[in-house]
Amino acid sequence: MEKGQNVDQWREWDAYYSPFDPCSPRQKYYLIPPDQMTTFQSAGLKQYSPHEALKRGTLWPDLYSPYPRGAKEGTR
Amino acid sequence: MWIYEKKLQYPVRVGKCDPRLARLLIEQYGGADGELSAALRYLNQRYSIPDRVIGLLTDIGTEEFAHLEMIATMVYKLTKDASPEQMKAAGLADHYVNHDRALYYHDAAGVPWTSAYIQAKGDPIADLYEDIAAEEKARATYQWIIDNTDDPDIMDALKFLREREIVHALRFREAVELLKEHREQKKVF
Amino acid sequence: MSSEKSLPKAYYQYLHELQAVDFVLVELSLYLDTHRDDTQALAQLQQFQKRKHNLVAQFEASFGPLYQYGESQTDAKHWAWADAPWPWQV
Repeated sequence: MEKGQNVDQWREWDAYYSPFDPCSPRQKYYLIPPDQMTTFQSAGLKQYSPHEALKRGTLWPDLYSPYPRGAKEGTR
Repeated sequence: MWIYEKKLQYPVRVGKCDPRLARLLIEQYGGADGELSAALRYLNQRYSIPDRVIGLLTDIGTEEFAHLEMIATMVYKLTKDASPEQMKAAGLADHYVNHDRALYYHDAAGVPWTSAYIQAKGDPIADLYEDIAAEEKARATYQWIIDNTDDPDIMDALKFLREREIVHALRFREAVELLKEHREQKKVF
Repeated sequence: MSSEKSLPKAYYQYLHELQAVDFVLVELSLYLDTHRDDTQALAQLQQFQKRKHNLVAQFEASFGPLYQYGESQTDAKHWAWADAPWPWQV
C-alpha cells in the first residue's frame, strides 16, 4: 500500500447491453477503498496537519479516499 | 461506563432548508448499516472476543455514537422548523403523523431498527469479517446519500463520516491479522 | 418565537481547534489499538494530550463544562453543565 492516494481508486466495468434495453447504456464503476490496498498499516507514515486531518477524516494521506469520483465520472 | 462530551466530533453545518434530505439521512440513524447498528454491534462483540482486540472494538464502538449524534444533528436541523406542509412535500408526512418531528430509529423506508441487523457469532473471525463488511456497506451508503444532495455543507460532514468507515475497515482488517499471528507468549521480563 | 442566542465567534473557533486536536487523539488511539508498541505514535499522543488539556481549560473558562459527572471544573454558584445550547443546537 501506502500509495492509496496516488493510484486511481476506481474500476470500470461494462454490463451486457441488449438491443431491447430501454435506457441508453451507462458506464458502470466501483471503488476500491484504500483499506483494501494493505493488510497492516506501516509505522511512521506521512501525516496531515490536525486541521487537514479533521477535514479529510483521516490522519494519513495514504488512507484518504476522495468522493465523489472526479473528472472521469459520467456517461459515455 | 461512558462520559459524554458536550461537543460534536466534527463541525456539522447544514446550509440549506431541505427536509427531503432528512428522510434519506435517517438510513444512517436507524438503518441496517447505520451508526446505531455499528455502535451496538461492536460494543456487544467485546464480551466474547480475545482480549487483543477488545480495546479496538471499544474505541470504534464509542466513536460510532459520536457519528450517530452527527446524523441526529443533521436531521434535527433539517426538520426542527419545517411546517407540516414542508414535511409532507419532503415525503415525511408518514413520519409526521406518527412522530411529529421526533427522531426515530428507522431506515429511509420507515422500517424500524431491529437487532436482526447485527450479528454476534462468538467466533472472532466471523465477527470481525461482519464488522469489515458493515464498514464497507456504510461507506457505500454514505456515497449514495452524497449523490443525493447538493448542499456542500452537508456533503462535507458526510464525506468525513464516509472516510471514517474506511479507517475503521482497515483497523478491523488489522485485528484479523493480529489474531492470525497470535500465539500464547510467555512474557519475559 | 425563536430564541436566537448567538454565540460569539470565538466559541466556534475554540471548538474547531479542539475538534482538530481531539481528532488526532482518536486517530492515534485506533492506530495504537493495533500497534501497541509504536513508541513514535505514543510520543505523539502524549504531545497532543497536553495540547488538548490546554485547549479544554481555555474553552471551559469561557463557555462552560465539556465533560459530565464532575470531570470538568465546576462553578460554586451555578450548575452550568445543564445550560443550553447543546451540541446539536449550535
